[in-house]
Amino acid sequence: MNIHEYQGKEILRSYGVAVPNGKVAFSVDEAVEAAKDLGTDVTVVKAQIHAGGRGKAGGVKVAKSLDEVRTYADEILGKTLVTHQTGPEGKEVKRLLIEEGCDIKSEYYIGLVVDRATDRIVMMGSEEGGTEIEEVAEKTPEKIFKEVVDPVVGLMPYQARRLAFNINIPKELVRDAVKFMIGLYQVFVDKDCSIAEINPLVTTGDGKVMALDAKLNFDSNALYRQKDILEYRDLDEEDQKEIEASKFDLSYISLDGNIGCMVNGAGLAMATMDIIKHYNGDPANFLDVGGGATKEKVTEAFKIILSDDSVKGIYVNIFGGIMKCDIIAEGVVAATKEIGLQIPLVVRLEGTNVELGKKILEESGLDITAADSMADGAEKIVSLVKA
Amino acid sequence: MSIMINKDTKVIVQGITGSTGLFHTKQAIEYGTNIVGGVTPGKGGTEVEGIPVFDTVSDAVAKTGANASVIYVPPAFAADAIMEAADAGVELVITITEGIPVTDMIKVKRYLEGKMTRLIGPNCPGVITPEECKIGIMPGYIHKKGHVGVVSRSGTLTYEAVHQLSTEGIGQSTAVGIGGDPVNGTNFIDVLKLFNEDEDTYAVIMIGEIGGTAEEEAAEWIKENMKKPVVGFIGGKTAPPGKRMGHAGAIISGGKGTADAKIETLERCGVKVAETPAVMGETLIEALKENGIYEKCVTHK
Repeated sequence: MNIHEYQGKEILRSYGVAVPNGKVAFSVDEAVEAAKDLGTDVTVVKAQIHAGGRGKAGGVKVAKSLDEVRTYADEILGKTLVTHQTGPEGKEVKRLLIEEGCDIKSEYYIGLVVDRATDRIVMMGSEEGGTEIEEVAEKTPEKIFKEVVDPVVGLMPYQARRLAFNINIPKELVRDAVKFMIGLYQVFVDKDCSIAEINPLVTTGDGKVMALDAKLNFDSNALYRQKDILEYRDLDEEDQKEIEASKFDLSYISLDGNIGCMVNGAGLAMATMDIIKHYNGDPANFLDVGGGATKEKVTEAFKIILSDDSVKGIYVNIFGGIMKCDIIAEGVVAATKEIGLQIPLVVRLEGTNVELGKKILEESGLDITAADSMADGAEKIVSLVKA
Repeated sequence: MSIMINKDTKVIVQGITGSTGLFHTKQAIEYGTNIVGGVTPGKGGTEVEGIPVFDTVSDAVAKTGANASVIYVPPAFAADAIMEAADAGVELVITITEGIPVTDMIKVKRYLEGKMTRLIGPNCPGVITPEECKIGIMPGYIHKKGHVGVVSRSGTLTYEAVHQLSTEGIGQSTAVGIGGDPVNGTNFIDVLKLFNEDEDTYAVIMIGEIGGTAEEEAAEWIKENMKKPVVGFIGGKTAPPGKRMGHAGAIISGGKGTADAKIETLERCGVKVAETPAVMGETLIEALKENGIYEKCVTHK
């Protein structure tokens, strides 16, 4: 799960990790009010969307007066920002962060991730702050330093110190940097983050070490024990169909194509998208109904697929293990009877109770094209959609 | 022969009285798996399906001599269950549970260091040695006894591969689902090593997916060490970057973990890669023929 920058900074602040003073604003008036409260000579107006690259897209402005705050807030609120992370359709700005400006001396990068190679949390640092870390990794990998954290003791001060010296933080600020890094690590483990990225971390003219930006992502498997984080969820930032699917515990991702897919199991669902593409079709979604799907869940899954206007055909690909084919067949029949079906439907069933499932489909009298294998089904749906 | 499990494996079920645990325990018993006990704290002394239930894993191991455990307990308690099994000296712990927080798994991995326990999963279908022992949620009937090892990050895609093999008369030695989470117990290389040493495994099919670099590392290992032909498939060729495709581990981030990069590395290391998921079986058969072991691998007509 993603949260906004200002929310991330709230969490950091509560752990003693230094961030600039700032306030969220939902309207132009609130923005001006927030700037007045801050009372600083320079104020930064920052668009709050769940995507990076806001600065380049015109979503971050430096204001030198309250009038400028008003002008910029008015300009950015309601604007659709298109960045390399939003996709071509962009994202509308509905919230602003009004923040004190600071006198930046140097920019650094600090990030925490789960490293699969070591099965540990790793803190990465670089003196190349402000640029994408992937770019640094590609062009100047020697400028990225890593500290692997032992979960028994957590990030040790010596590790934070070593990292701070390695990325050339000025000697007199190393102590503050260490405090910053240890606080950030604590946030990561306490709040079940999957990524915590501070880019840039800055040192300022008045001798501070601060997080100028904050990107925190959370492990969705751990949200059950992170109720306060769950409250930060901003549904405006999520796809409507994906929200709907999550209510029914379905794993759904919207894609650009026109063939709706319903599959059991993440691996098979991905492979189904691949094989549709192989036959020159275009999947409209990734949808894993999971192992324990009921007739009702299958019906909901169908409704979500059909709520996408670009869907011109549906491919159901099921390999029953725990999932029984007759349950799927009943769900498909119930859904099509309930909502009607104007577009082609191809169903491939295999595995547990396959004969029973096939029989249910045949006897339903519905216009369903049966497929013998995964490839057969993909080929059939692609040709039906193109016809 | 086979790897990890066989007809002599004695299995206990952690979370045996839950609905998932109970359902799959029945299926396993039906398949012929030697289930010797179950663990549900507070229900010790009772029986389900004729299987004795214990309060603790150490108790269950002491009384039954179990050497393997399968875990169906809910995600919030799964890390604890894995560590309990390891503490009791269980050699093989297979965790089916999906949705364990990754920070929990980091602690589990640290805990397992220096212990004899092998962890499979979490978030996996389990392990099956056809016609001998089935531990997990896979449909037993699609598997046939034979000589091809199967290792995979995905559940249903494994069934797909196994089904394609069985349909062509190609039986399997053991099929291992290592799970789709970013931090898991056993990786591709661990399983490949076992298949490499297993006399009864003549070839291996390895099914990977986007995210991480486990497939690339396995490919390099295969190039250096593998004495048997390996065929691969990578799911998620068409997945968009930055989106988590169901599995917590299946995500392309920062340009890393793409299917194309994985396929390229596999092929460079001598692993034949199936172009589509529909031809995993066919691709393996081609490899068997090229290596002159096709006849030996046809175990069913």
